[in-house]
Amino acid sequence: MRVNFTVNGRPQQADDVWEGESLLYVLRERLGLPGSKNACEQGECGSCTVRLDGVPVCSCLVAAGQAEGREVVTVEGLADLARQRSDGLSACGTPPGEAGHAQTRDTCSQSGESGELAPIQRAFIDAGAVQCGFCTPGLLVAADDMLERNPNPTDADIREALSGNLCRCTGYEKIMDAVRLAAARQSEGV
Amino acid sequence: MDFLRPASWEEALAAKAEHPTAVPIAGGTDVMVEINFDQRRPDYLMDLGRIGDLYEWEVGEDSVRLGASVPYTRIMENLRTELPGLALASHTVASPQIRNRGGVGGNLGTASPAGDAHPALLAAGAEVEAESVRGSRRILIDAFYTGVKRNALAPDELIRAVHIKKADGPQQFSKVGTRNAMVIAVCAFGLALHPGTRTVRTGIGSAAPTPIRAAAAEEFLNAALDEGGFWDNGKIITPSIARQFADLCSAACNPIDDVRGTASYRRHAVGVMARRTLTWTWESYRGTAHASEGVA
Amino acid sequence: MPNGAPTKITQASGTKGGIGESMLRPDGTLKVTGEFAYGSDMWHEDMLWGQILRSPVAHAEIVSIDTGEALAVPGVYAVMTYDDLPTEVKNYGLEIQDTPVLAHGKVRHHGEPVAMVAADHPETARRAAAKIKVEYRDLPVITDEASALAPDAILVHENRTDDHAAHVPHPNIVHRQPIVRGDVAEARRRADVIVEGEYVFGMQDQAFLGPESGLAVPAEDGGVDLYVATQWLHADLRQIAPVLGLPEDKVRLTLAGVGGAFGGREDLSMQIHACLLALRTGKPVKIVYNRFESFFGHVHRHPAKLYYEHGATKDGKLTHVKGRIVLDGGAYASSSPAVVGNAASLGVGPYDVDDVEIEAIGLYTNNPPCGAMRGFGAVQACFAYEAQMDKVAGELGMDPVEFRRRNAMSQGSVMPTGQIVDSPAPVAELLRRVKALPMPPERQWESSEGADVRQLPGGLSNTTHGEGVVRGVGYAVGIKNVGFSEGFDDYSTAKVRMEVVAGEPVASVHTAMAEVGQGGVTVHAQIARTELGVAQVTIHPADTQVGSAGSTSASRQTYVTGGAVKNACELVREKVLEMGRRRFGSYHPAWATAELLLEGGKVVTDGGEVLADLVDVLGDEAVEVEQEWRHRPTEPFDLRTGQGNGHVQYSFAAHRAVVEVDTELGLVKVVELACAQDVGKALNPLSVLGQIQGGTTQGLGIAVMEEIVVDPRTAKVKNPSFTDYLIPTILDTPTIPVDVLELADEHAPYGLRGVGEAPTLSSTPAVLAAIRDATGLELNRTPVRPEHLAGA
Repeated sequence: MRVNFTVNGRPQQADDVWEGESLLYVLRERLGLPGSKNACEQGECGSCTVRLDGVPVCSCLVAAGQAEGREVVTVEGLADLARQRSDGLSACGTPPGEAGHAQTRDTCSQSGESGELAPIQRAFIDAGAVQCGFCTPGLLVAADDMLERNPNPTDADIREALSGNLCRCTGYEKIMDAVRLAAARQSEGV
Repeated sequence: MDFLRPASWEEALAAKAEHPTAVPIAGGTDVMVEINFDQRRPDYLMDLGRIGDLYEWEVGEDSVRLGASVPYTRIMENLRTELPGLALASHTVASPQIRNRGGVGGNLGTASPAGDAHPALLAAGAEVEAESVRGSRRILIDAFYTGVKRNALAPDELIRAVHIKKADGPQQFSKVGTRNAMVIAVCAFGLALHPGTRTVRTGIGSAAPTPIRAAAAEEFLNAALDEGGFWDNGKIITPSIARQFADLCSAACNPIDDVRGTASYRRHAVGVMARRTLTWTWESYRGTAHASEGVA
Repeated sequence: MPNGAPTKITQASGTKGGIGESMLRPDGTLKVTGEFAYGSDMWHEDMLWGQILRSPVAHAEIVSIDTGEALAVPGVYAVMTYDDLPTEVKNYGLEIQDTPVLAHGKVRHHGEPVAMVAADHPETARRAAAKIKVEYRDLPVITDEASALAPDAILVHENRTDDHAAHVPHPNIVHRQPIVRGDVAEARRRADVIVEGEYVFGMQDQAFLGPESGLAVPAEDGGVDLYVATQWLHADLRQIAPVLGLPEDKVRLTLAGVGGAFGGREDLSMQIHACLLALRTGKPVKIVYNRFESFFGHVHRHPAKLYYEHGATKDGKLTHVKGRIVLDGGAYASSSPAVVGNAASLGVGPYDVDDVEIEAIGLYTNNPPCGAMRGFGAVQACFAYEAQMDKVAGELGMDPVEFRRRNAMSQGSVMPTGQIVDSPAPVAELLRRVKALPMPPERQWESSEGADVRQLPGGLSNTTHGEGVVRGVGYAVGIKNVGFSEGFDDYSTAKVRMEVVAGEPVASVHTAMAEVGQGGVTVHAQIARTELGVAQVTIHPADTQVGSAGSTSASRQTYVTGGAVKNACELVREKVLEMGRRRFGSYHPAWATAELLLEGGKVVTDGGEVLADLVDVLGDEAVEVEQEWRHRPTEPFDLRTGQGNGHVQYSFAAHRAVVEVDTELGLVKVVELACAQDVGKALNPLSVLGQIQGGTTQGLGIAVMEEIVVDPRTAKVKNPSFTDYLIPTILDTPTIPVDVLELADEHAPYGLRGVGEAPTLSSTPAVLAAIRDATGLELNRTPVRPEHLAGA
């Protein structure tokens, strides 16, 4: 079957979709957007989290046909989403005194692409919340959504909001740091 | 496999009548797992996601008509007052992502004894609105679960909504899992006080082939509360009553040993949850109705 | 080139960016944008999908296989069974080549690969695989020591010819390693208390999030290019090429992105299957396991039964330790022999004991194959000996930390293997530090709005508002070897190049090290900056075009491949200085007389005088060195006594666990899990913390929830999914304060000590000890399940 939907603001069409395919499969294998990850395909790990009509969902549990006509935002579209939300301040302008600041700025200027990162993406790098990185895209989508709804979360709020995203590498401590960092930067307006 | 996309409820009923083996999919949180893991290959998948009515709810005089696909997140956020037990149960469903998609209709359709909504529905009192091209009917929740993952729906029927009694007293829900979030129930317990009728209702999950009520426990407690004048005097329920209620709830279970837990633990845990949820709800009832009363 | 083929990453630094700094990951940006390509993200025009058909039973003869119907499915390009394997080499294995690529005549465990399909869509491949008709004739299953060693036991592997076959007491024992030191019978008489214990350790899964995956692309030269998520490219190559019948230079492996490993990728999974299907069909073939298959597609941590006897004098000195450790290796050997060696040689723990008798064996059974997982044999032992240490302390009426302190080993101690510990072993200090950390506040769940269930046992499931909750505290400490042991030639290779690119001196580092998330690539760039004084470092993708780096396991990569990079950088530096002397030596005497360094892109004297810019020294020439590097050799353990200098380095960590247990429901909330660890030298402090916190959390998992449950009657896995194999969520994981010591090991590069595994050891017994403290129960099994604590 044919499926049409919008991904990260762009209309997309997929043809010859098998009816049992998930939205995750179509994103990864048909649309060239493998950022959403296939860790469990049973809704237990959150690594495939995308926003479907604005709401975080496990894309492995959405049948491709159910996405017809809907709007999907994946990790690949997070930076654009963040830019639309804010007034376009560069994420590279991190406040002084942050851990890893020197490297942060250097990576920014070196790659020339960090200005395109969403604040939550920047914070995950800076806080050391990324190891193997397989859980990272889903966590970023979930954390970004939480900070949109709850800009000043308590630790318990963060843990609850991210309880659907498994990470096997970090022990979650640096992920907590990253979300706190993103929240702090957000509240300082950077 | 064919993918059916009815644009309206009528179309969905017609499709289901034409293809009784069609598997309805809404949140997808059960169906897609089975498809991804090659455990199920239905001839037809029928997407109910386009039928807006299923995502709406109405708060009536005595009950809430909850559309079958209203996501758990909505229930938690919007129906905490009217359906406190179900709101608490909704909060224990899997993860935020799953709660954003899954709804009570899916729990009922799958009819797994581990479905989180069931104990809350049983305790609150509910009717399932099932419909087919032949007509609509209401199935009492107590009669809905007919076996392990079986329910009272006819092959051509779909669940349109659930009519749940609005809370007239405190309700609680508790679930044991071996993880502190995102866990399938080892067993679960729902309890609702109904001061209007001076009754207590219960619901037990994952401790019998189907979700059940602890009928004998309810009877005992209703009588004991009545006898002691507790509804009026608002005194603390005596430990012996609470214990006996808990024991009767345990005795109502007919659990199995499986990879999630043992039968004897399930019985035990249901008893503990019964006692605790009774204490919490009763404290809440006393707190609102008889805050100044002393210990019985 | 398929989509997702890795490319070089260049990272610049404005600071020195060398070792000791918390540099950020060079691949961090790619990983947060979703651009970083993992094995499962590889994609090729016209690629096919491979699907494995696996055995539904644990032990059976294969009577027949009929592939006819499967081949007839439209879209199917190939169906292969054992009979289609192209050469005489049809088995593989890390040490013992006992694992059939596809089952031959017999299956030995649930989920063993029997046949495979390549098709144009994963669903086509699945449907075709389901049409392969396999007739099985059931055999009795061997599931434990008793059934393995019974007089009439079927041999899991007949006609063994491996190196261990000659010395094992029974063919269903893969390997046996005794450790005998001193005179236990005599020491026993000196003991004032003797404590015995029997312990059970469940089967743990690595549960890396990125499933087994890769893409094999047939090449024009008849060879194959394989992009794969693995832990050790060259060990893969060594096992793959003979099965394909190709010389190693025609099998080119490139590391695709790896979504975690933890030991589970040390053995082959889909590598040979994808290559065979690609060569058979002439098309690129991608294989991606789903989570269900992943539970069958890699080895697990050995479940174990452990029997211990500890003796001690009244003043709290251990007299002797006797131990028997039975590890279930499952159907194939994998790394069982080395796991046995570790369990035996580290089976006493980080304590001074003169009189020791340990025996460790690894079984062949029909259970799922077990092999490497973080902690590798030392984990199971630590769980048991630390429980014993608490038990002895209890008998003596002594504080458990004080009892450990009195027996703690230190630099100069002699291991039960006779090996002298010749670098810092701050066991007592680690315990002291972890105990000195402030305790987390009590009753953190209380808030003005009532109980916050998120902070309570049961969490969101709303099982308690404080009722039945009791706090407990427990301590544990462990010892882990770093690097490959027992005489293994444990080396790595690094190719380092230095040249001027766009007016800047740039170092590039090329190794075959598998970056699995640990941060090796970050550290390599730091080493290059420290040694070569450049800001920009390019990390080359890991592949088999450079020599072996050894495995990303055994806490060894920073030590061994880090050592190789350091060594190659030093050689490059010498060459650069030689060039400098040739070009500029006559202009300044310091070129000949001073100690010269490379710093800030310049050649400087140790007095800080700048002699030349690297740009000028290098000109348009490039300097390149590829060199192998080895740590000090080790030797095998004596087969009867276990004596020998078997390990190259030891690492130590201690934990304090604070738990709150709902004693009525048996639910546990770990409130805090503090760790103190000696890392020798933290090359990247941020990464060190990440390793310690991650390792600690995996230890928490096996303490309270993680276990692959195998039916003892059928040897079938009962919970191959993330629904029923539970790993800790962020709500199960506490704060993990870490106190890092840096006591240099003079034998190791920069004095560093391998970090990754030690925290996984002591975390589990610390949590168990805390639960015992809260409940008063004996708890001799891990994971602890609710029914072990209440309502049994």
